[in-house]
Amino acid sequence: MGNAGTIQVMQTGHSGQTGQMVHLDKVGLEFSRAGASNPVLHGLSFSILEGGFRWLLGPSGAGKTSLLRLLHLAVRPTQGRLTLLGQDIGAASRSRLPELRRRIGMVFQDFRLLPHLSAFDNVALPLRLAGRPEGQVRVDAVELLSWVGLSKKLLSRPAELSGGEQQRVAIARAVVARPLLLLADEPTGNLDEPQAERLMQLLHEMNRLGTTVVVATHNAALVSRHPAHTLRLADGQLVRDD
Amino acid sequence: MLRPARFDDLGLRRALSDRLLPSLVAAMAFLAALALAGTIAASALAQHWQEGAGSVLTVQVPQPAAAASNGAGTRLDRVVALLRATPGVALARALDDNELATLLRPWLGSGSGRIALPLPAVIDVRLTDAALDTGRLLAHVEALAPGTLLESHDRWARRLAVLARSLQACAGLALAVVGFVAVAVIAVAVRAGLAARRDAIEIVHGLGATDGYIAGRFARRATLLASAGAGLGALAAVPVLLGLAGLAAPFTGQPADVGAAGFANALPLALWLSLPALPVLAAAVGWLTAQSTVRQWLRRLP
Ligand SMILES: Nc1ncnc2c1ncn2[C@@H]1O[C@H](COP(=O)(O)OP(=O)(O)OP(=O)(O)O)[C@@H](O)[C@H]1O
Ligand SMILES: [Mg+2]
Repeated sequence: MGNAGTIQVMQTGHSGQTGQMVHLDKVGLEFSRAGASNPVLHGLSFSILEGGFRWLLGPSGAGKTSLLRLLHLAVRPTQGRLTLLGQDIGAASRSRLPELRRRIGMVFQDFRLLPHLSAFDNVALPLRLAGRPEGQVRVDAVELLSWVGLSKKLLSRPAELSGGEQQRVAIARAVVARPLLLLADEPTGNLDEPQAERLMQLLHEMNRLGTTVVVATHNAALVSRHPAHTLRLADGQLVRDD
Repeated sequence: MLRPARFDDLGLRRALSDRLLPSLVAAMAFLAALALAGTIAASALAQHWQEGAGSVLTVQVPQPAAAASNGAGTRLDRVVALLRATPGVALARALDDNELATLLRPWLGSGSGRIALPLPAVIDVRLTDAALDTGRLLAHVEALAPGTLLESHDRWARRLAVLARSLQACAGLALAVVGFVAVAVIAVAVRAGLAARRDAIEIVHGLGATDGYIAGRFARRATLLASAGAGLGALAAVPVLLGLAGLAAPFTGQPADVGAAGFANALPLALWLSLPALPVLAAAVGWLTAQSTVRQWLRRLP
């Protein structure tokens, strides 16, 4: 990534007292289509304390993305009990969820940038949705984009960016609103090794400032360079939690 | 550059384009303007007929110059005198030969004045009391001049009023249908926009946008397009309505020539007031339709 800047923007509105950020109790997820149901996750039970860091590992198709989608409130569990940010998600009303989502940042495996918006507007979006004043939106979005080395590409649309550049825009968008929970799905998939290291530096810094971080990855070298708690999935089941 | 002045996060400028929806709404507004003009004209006619014809009576006296049944004077003079003495009658006036000829010209041609037919006298009667008992009046008149006919315009006025009200109801129905179609057109356009921007909506939803925010983006765009379209449609209807008013002028007592000065008077005030209401109404329909369509669609997301 680009020049190493400071990341004072990362102060979270974190309370300081440690509680459970994420708690799953026998959570299952199945997709049903045309009457046939397809179970994807079964009986997941674990918790992550506020300020925790987890690697999420497992072979392709194990359910890593599905688990992150659950934690991002993009799907609700079909079995068990999910508690996020102190809220029982099964019991929470639909109108409660947007507020919770704004406290959760997500780097999608497929980036999910808005194709008709510039890199700047993509990164500004979470701030604007949160109703931040435009002056602050500008400062924060430009700072984050500079930090990921894209200060010269502020006005480029996703189609005009390389895969790695798009990934860095997605990373900037996920962290710009200083989430309490940061979920990253294969965030180094399109990055070279120095860029991946720089991303890890960003994640560690956010984690140090109180953000709970979960990173799904296939990058074994990265995991071995940054040992941390690991959740391992296989066939939709939790096979390791240490 | 980095300013959000035209920030279009859902890409609605293309998904809800400024071509199709405004054109369709313009067509609806054009039809609505015609239907409105119909309603207003029909109600004006109904009013006119009720007020004008309701208090008019025509009395025909055959052999007007013959002597009345009792006492002195001609049949005509005695009947006119009786009518004038009746409470509730404002005016009773026998038409002169010229007026009679004018009245008969459509049937007898321009030579009607010279035809030696035994014509009855015709008395034009204006009433102050439209509810006057014409049956009793006829009995009195018949006693003086047997064979006299008494024709109340009231019955015709009522029939014409019923006709006018039916026309009004039809125009109202047309308005309702136009409104219904406008709602359907906007709903279909919004649904197409939702389908086209499904990914963007899911992303923005995932970033914590509320249903209200997303519905608001669509509603703002739909309101703008619908009101612009309706404005154009209403504007396009003005020359057509002025043309119709010009054609109708001889029947409504307006001058047929619509000059610059007569422009404002060429159409009823009610129509001038309701034409600008069309874009406002379309804006409201656009906003409500988009809000409910989008909010309902969003229920599929968690
Ligand atoms: N929307 C869906 N409908 C039906 N099945 C789904 C859906 N999403 C995921 N799945 C299924 O769930 C299983 C797990 O998918 P998931 O994307 O979570 O795997 P993953 O661990 O992220 O894999 P990868 O490492 O390749 O990204 C797969 O078998 C997939 O087919
Ligand atoms: Mg995945």
